[in-house]
Amino acid sequence: MPFTQEHHDFRRLVREFVENEINPRVPEWERQEWIPLHEVLADMAKLGLLGLEYDPVYGGQGADHLFTLILAEELGRADHGSIGMAVGVVTDMATPSLHRYGSHELKERYLAPVLRGEQVCSIAVTEPDAGSDVASIRTRAVRDGDEWVISGSKMYITNSLQADWLCVLARTSDEGGYAGMSQIIVPTDTPGFTVSRQLDKLGMRASDTGLLEFDEVRVPVSNTIGAVGRGFQQQMSQFVIERMWAAYSTAAACQRALERTRDYLRERIVFGKPLLDHQYVQFKLAELAAEVDVLRQYNLAVAERHDAGEDVTRMATIAKLKAGRLHREVADWVLQFHGGIGYMEETWTSRFLRDGRLTSIGAGADEVMLQVLARIDGYTA
Amino acid sequence: MQVVVCVKQIPDPSGTYTLDPETHFLVRPDEQVLDDTDRYGVEMGLQIAQAHGGSVTLVSMGPKGSMQGIRQALAMGADRAVVVDDADLKGSDALTTAQVLAAAIQRTGFDLVITGTESTDGYSGVVPQMLAELLDVPALTYATEVEARDGKVTINRQTSAGYDVVEASLPAVVSVTAGVVEPRYPTFKGIMDAKKKEVEELTASDLGVDTSLRQRVTAVEPAPEREAGVKIEDDGEAHLKVVELLQQKKVI
Repeated sequence: MPFTQEHHDFRRLVREFVENEINPRVPEWERQEWIPLHEVLADMAKLGLLGLEYDPVYGGQGADHLFTLILAEELGRADHGSIGMAVGVVTDMATPSLHRYGSHELKERYLAPVLRGEQVCSIAVTEPDAGSDVASIRTRAVRDGDEWVISGSKMYITNSLQADWLCVLARTSDEGGYAGMSQIIVPTDTPGFTVSRQLDKLGMRASDTGLLEFDEVRVPVSNTIGAVGRGFQQQMSQFVIERMWAAYSTAAACQRALERTRDYLRERIVFGKPLLDHQYVQFKLAELAAEVDVLRQYNLAVAERHDAGEDVTRMATIAKLKAGRLHREVADWVLQFHGGIGYMEETWTSRFLRDGRLTSIGAGADEVMLQVLARIDGYTA
Repeated sequence: MQVVVCVKQIPDPSGTYTLDPETHFLVRPDEQVLDDTDRYGVEMGLQIAQAHGGSVTLVSMGPKGSMQGIRQALAMGADRAVVVDDADLKGSDALTTAQVLAAAIQRTGFDLVITGTESTDGYSGVVPQMLAELLDVPALTYATEVEARDGKVTINRQTSAGYDVVEASLPAVVSVTAGVVEPRYPTFKGIMDAKKKEVEELTASDLGVDTSLRQRVTAVEPAPEREAGVKIEDDGEAHLKVVELLQQKKVI
């Protein structure tokens, strides 16, 4: 499926929005370690940027997946990684299960306000003792009449300090392993829920990340997304979307980093000529640009197959793995080529290095991607 | 109220402009963008049409290319567009441009014509006034505020001292400065709807306009390089030197 004029026009819209409404505010958000998400998401909702692929009944746009790719890419080109992640959590990490498996009532109550830009949501899977190893989660939801009573804790949860509701993965039976988990929507104003700490991070510093505690939090059983006991499987397919988003935005972020570095090195005179005149620099940048292009084209292939309804678990896993590693390499080289100034906090290269480091950890670490791949491709004994 | 907004597609200003070495005409790529200064006119037109009921028609002259720039304005909310594209119009001067636009606007019908003050690629800055003359209606130029109602239009006309309040009866031509209103972004829906909107394509002969060139660009010179500034070391008296320099330049 090729890009149409509408896709190009949409890209221009998001790029202008990022350049005019996001980037000028990034320094302030980084200083405050906070993005006013309710405000930003409300602005984005007015332009129809939220819920691109979702049903118009709930305020979605009914668009194809390439629009999501474009949104992720253009947010990836922003001056920091936090905004792309925060928006991605809302549109492509915390809501895909709700849209796909949730009841009409649940979607009206929780999805629609998010797509109107009135509410912020977040996805709560990781725990202090269970990250990429999702099967080890301990948060439990015990049924009491028509209610779940949830107890446990969740860790490293993006947007959680300002989220209005969370998509929580909890154990709802004693089956253990991959069985007996459910996805449950928990409004953050429910008694017993607290954010015990805002976490201090290496990068993505403008994005709020919390350690969450659930102390006998009661929500209706009707807040369960899809089938009780199918939470792990639903979350796994939600993770596929999340990995795609990460790969899309990372590729575009890397491309912009190389462009910015090229422009800087053209002006930067060392030993009497522009740094960009040195073949070593040219070759390294050309090689990285080629790698980024391969990733972008691979992303496009993932997007097209996903849009055609194919299961893209393997491809999304490869894309996310490659994106994380490539970002680390690009970030290191662009900082190196900037020299001393590249190591300064005032130069974008420092933040770029810190922010993108997360890609190899979040949404399943590189090693988990490899584990998944090894299993799918049969490289296991 | 029938509002016509004149818009122009220009090469993306963030790229490099190239001139044809023989004719010195600007080489126009297929993909052109809406002149940024026209976004203010489109926004003004939309606000007036929305406030008083009515429609916004875009009128544009130039190679249509991919129509990207026209679609940008349609995606903002304009109702329809008229695009005059004719190879014979290549290199037209301001008067021919105004004649073409006037003929297209007459054909469309109008209560109010809104233009920018000048295009970002041509900068002649005289088309709005010529247009008014050709349409035989008042020209209200350099507007920083516009109000149109009850058969008249009132603007704040920017001057070097501040602004004049200028009023005229409709129909009229108003040229608006950048900043007259904050242009809206197109929305996702606006982008998707733009392709369904009517775009009428005309040639100069459809409009009966004489396309013979009356002006020729004989030479083009690069702008002179900016000269280096003067550095004044502050020995405690620097302010006096600064004042002297400013007086020499007649800034103060």
